[in-house]
Amino acid sequence: MNFMKWRWLYFAISLLVIIPGAISLVLFGMKPAIDFTGGSLLEVQFTQIGQETNLGLSSLKENLSQIYELDAIVQSGENQIILRGKHLDNEQKNLILKVLSNDYGTVEEKRFETVGPSLGKELLTKTLTGVIIAAGLITIYVWVQFNELKYGVSAILAMLHDSLVLLGVFSLLGYFYGIEVDMLYVTALLTTLSFSVHDTIVVYDRIRELRGKYSKYSLVSLINIAVTETLSRSINNSVTIVIMLAALAMLGGETIRWFAIALLIGAVTGTYSSTFTAAPFLLLWEDAETFIKKKKRVNFV
Amino acid sequence: MRRNLQIFIFITVLTAISLYISLPSSIPVNLNLFGKQINQEIFVPPLDVTIFGKRVHKEFKLKKGLDIQGGMQVVLQADTAEIATEDKETAIESAKEVILRRVDLYGINEPTVTTAKMGEEYRLLVDLPGVSDPDQALQLVGTTALLDFRLQNPDLVTSEATYSAIAFFNQFERTNLTGKQLKRAIVQFDQQTNEPVIALEFDDEGKKIFGELTQQNVGEVLAIFLDDLPIAMPRINTPILDGRAVMTGGFDLEGAKQTAIQLNAGALPVPIEVIEQRQLGASLGQAAVEQSVKAGAIGIGLVMAFMIMLYGWKGLIADLALIIYGILTIAIYKVIGVTLTLPGIAGMLLTIGMAVDANILIFERMKEELRLDKPWRRAMELGFGRAWDSIKDANIATIMTALILINPLDFSFLNTSGMVKGFGITLLIGVLLGLFTGVVVTRTFMRLFLKEQRGQR
Repeated sequence: MNFMKWRWLYFAISLLVIIPGAISLVLFGMKPAIDFTGGSLLEVQFTQIGQETNLGLSSLKENLSQIYELDAIVQSGENQIILRGKHLDNEQKNLILKVLSNDYGTVEEKRFETVGPSLGKELLTKTLTGVIIAAGLITIYVWVQFNELKYGVSAILAMLHDSLVLLGVFSLLGYFYGIEVDMLYVTALLTTLSFSVHDTIVVYDRIRELRGKYSKYSLVSLINIAVTETLSRSINNSVTIVIMLAALAMLGGETIRWFAIALLIGAVTGTYSSTFTAAPFLLLWEDAETFIKKKKRVNFV
Repeated sequence: MRRNLQIFIFITVLTAISLYISLPSSIPVNLNLFGKQINQEIFVPPLDVTIFGKRVHKEFKLKKGLDIQGGMQVVLQADTAEIATEDKETAIESAKEVILRRVDLYGINEPTVTTAKMGEEYRLLVDLPGVSDPDQALQLVGTTALLDFRLQNPDLVTSEATYSAIAFFNQFERTNLTGKQLKRAIVQFDQQTNEPVIALEFDDEGKKIFGELTQQNVGEVLAIFLDDLPIAMPRINTPILDGRAVMTGGFDLEGAKQTAIQLNAGALPVPIEVIEQRQLGASLGQAAVEQSVKAGAIGIGLVMAFMIMLYGWKGLIADLALIIYGILTIAIYKVIGVTLTLPGIAGMLLTIGMAVDANILIFERMKEELRLDKPWRRAMELGFGRAWDSIKDANIATIMTALILINPLDFSFLNTSGMVKGFGITLLIGVLLGLFTGVVVTRTFMRLFLKEQRGQR
C-alpha cells in the first residue's frame, strides 16, 4: 500500500494534536506538584460529617484561610479532601486538623507530605538531565545501528513529537482540570521516550532488511513495504499495552490514575509516531538531500 | 529435538521452583463444594532443609514500599559546616547509626536509613514503615545525638542494680565530660595482642577533665552513654593525662567498629534539619493495591483473550508463556528483594502488556513467511530468527531508559527517588524476563507441541 502518499496528512494530524497543547504550554505552562515547587499536601478523610455541613469546599477554604495559606483544595474521594499550599510543619498541621475536626466532625489523616523548596528545583534539574541523557543515548544507538544520521535524527524527531503530545495534553489537563505533574509524570515521560523508539526501531529494522534485499527500490517503496508489513504488529502490540493501561487508569485507583493515563497517551502517540512520523521524516530528509544536490548542480557558465 | 526437551525440562523445573517461591505463605480457600462450605487456609511451608549439616531456612516475602504499607519517609539535611572535611564521612555515618539505633529501640520494624551526597551537601533518607505518630518519629530522627561520660559510684553497685533498671541507671553519676570534648574515636589494633581496640582523642578542655577524672578514680568504671543509654563501660586502669585513651578488651572487630561509630556520633554531632516529609496512612495504600490488582487481573484476562482471538493455538502458547512470565516475575521480586511500590505495580502490569510484544512480532513474521508459501515449520523458525533482530534492537532502548530511571551507580545528577527507582526496576526485570518467555519459552513450546494445522495458512 502506498502509505507515504498521504504523508502530509499524517503531519497535519500530528500538528492538530500538538498545536493546541503547545499553545497551552506557552500560555499556561504546566501545573507542577509539590514535588517540584516545594510546599505541603495534606489528605484527610471525614469519618462522620456534621449534619449541617456537607463539605462545601469553598466554605472550608474560607474557614482555613485564616490559619493557613491554601493554594488548592480538591475532593479526592468520598468525604476525602486534599489540601495543598505553603510549607507546613507538624504543629501547623495539627492545628489544621483540630480546626477541621471542630467544624466538620472526626477527621482522619490519610497522607501528609511536605517538600522543601530546594529539593523541588533539584528534582527539576535531575529530570531534565535524565530526559536529555535518555534521548542522547537513544539517538546515538539508532544512528550507530542503522549507520545513517537521518535515522537517528528522525527517531529523535518522533520522540520529540511524542513528548510534545504528552506535555501539551497535560498542560491542557492542568489548565482545565487542575491535573498536576509530579515525579511519576516524569517517569511516564521517560517511559514514553522508550515506547516511541521501541516501535520506531521495529519499522526501521524492516526498512534496513528490505534495503539489503531490494537495493534498487526507492526509499519511498521500501518504506511503504516496511510500513505495510509492520502495521498489524504495531497495532496489535499497542492494543495489548492499551488494554493493560486502560484497565489501570479506570480501575487502578486515584494514586496511579494519572500516571497510567500519561503512560497510555505515551503508548498511543508512540505507536502512531513510529509509522506516521518517523518514517515520513526519513522521506522528508531524503527530499531535502536531493533538493540540495540538484541546487548544487546548477552552475553559472 | 533432544535439546528442545532439555530446555523444556529446564523451563518446567524453573517454573515449579518459582511457583513455590511466589506463592504467599498462606492461601485462604473459600468455596462451596457440593453444598458443603469449605473455609480453610492452605499453608505453604517455608523452605527449611538441611544441606551438608547446614540448616537453610528461608521465607520468601514481598517487600512492600512505604506507599503500600503506610508509614513515614523523612529526608534530613545534615549541616556539616562545622566539621573538618576529613571527618565528614565519619560524622554522617555516625548520625545514620544513631538514628537507626533510636528507631530500633522505639520498635519500628525494618527501618532503613540511607545516606546520599548531593554536591557538597549530605542527606539522610529515613524510611519508617508503619509509623503513625509523626511528631514522635520526628523527635526520634530529628534530634542531635548526645554523648556523655558517667562515673560509676562504687557504693551504689548493689545486687539490686543488676535487675532493676532504675537502680542500674542510678549508680552512674554525670561528670562534666561530654561528647563535645571528644575529638574522635577510631578503631586500632593492639600491637602486642593484635586485638581490635578503640582509641579516643580529646580536645584541650577534654584532656584536662579526663586527666582529672582518671587521676582521682583509678580502678573505677567510667561509663559512656549515648542518648542516655550506655554503650561502653570501660574501667580506668591508670591516670591518662595526654588526652589520648585506648579502650581495650573484649571487642571483636565488628563490635569495636560499632562502638567507635557511636562514640563519633557524640564527638562529631551533626545538626540535622527535616527538608522533606511524607507520611502515608496504611489504608490508602491497601486500597490502591487492591484496585491495582483487580485492574491488573482484568487487563491480563483481556490481553490473553486478545492473543487467542488473533493467533489461535499460537496465542494459547503465548498465554502460557505469559503465565510463566508472571510466576517468574514474582519469584524474582521475592528473591532479589524488590521493594514493591504502587508505581512498581504499574510498571509490572505495563510490562505484561509489553511481554507479548515479542510474540506478536514473531507470529506476524510467521504469517508473512507462510504467505510466501514456506512450509509451516520452516516459517516458524524463520519467524523467530528474523523477528529476533527487531526484538533485540527495540528492547535495548527500553533497557537504557530503565537504567536511567534506576540510576544503579547513584549518580547525584540523576534521580534518586525510591518511587521512580521502583518503577525502573520492575520495567527492567519485565523487559529481560519478557525476552526469555517471549522467545525461548514460546519457541520451545511451539517446537514441541504445535504441528501444522489445516486452515492456518
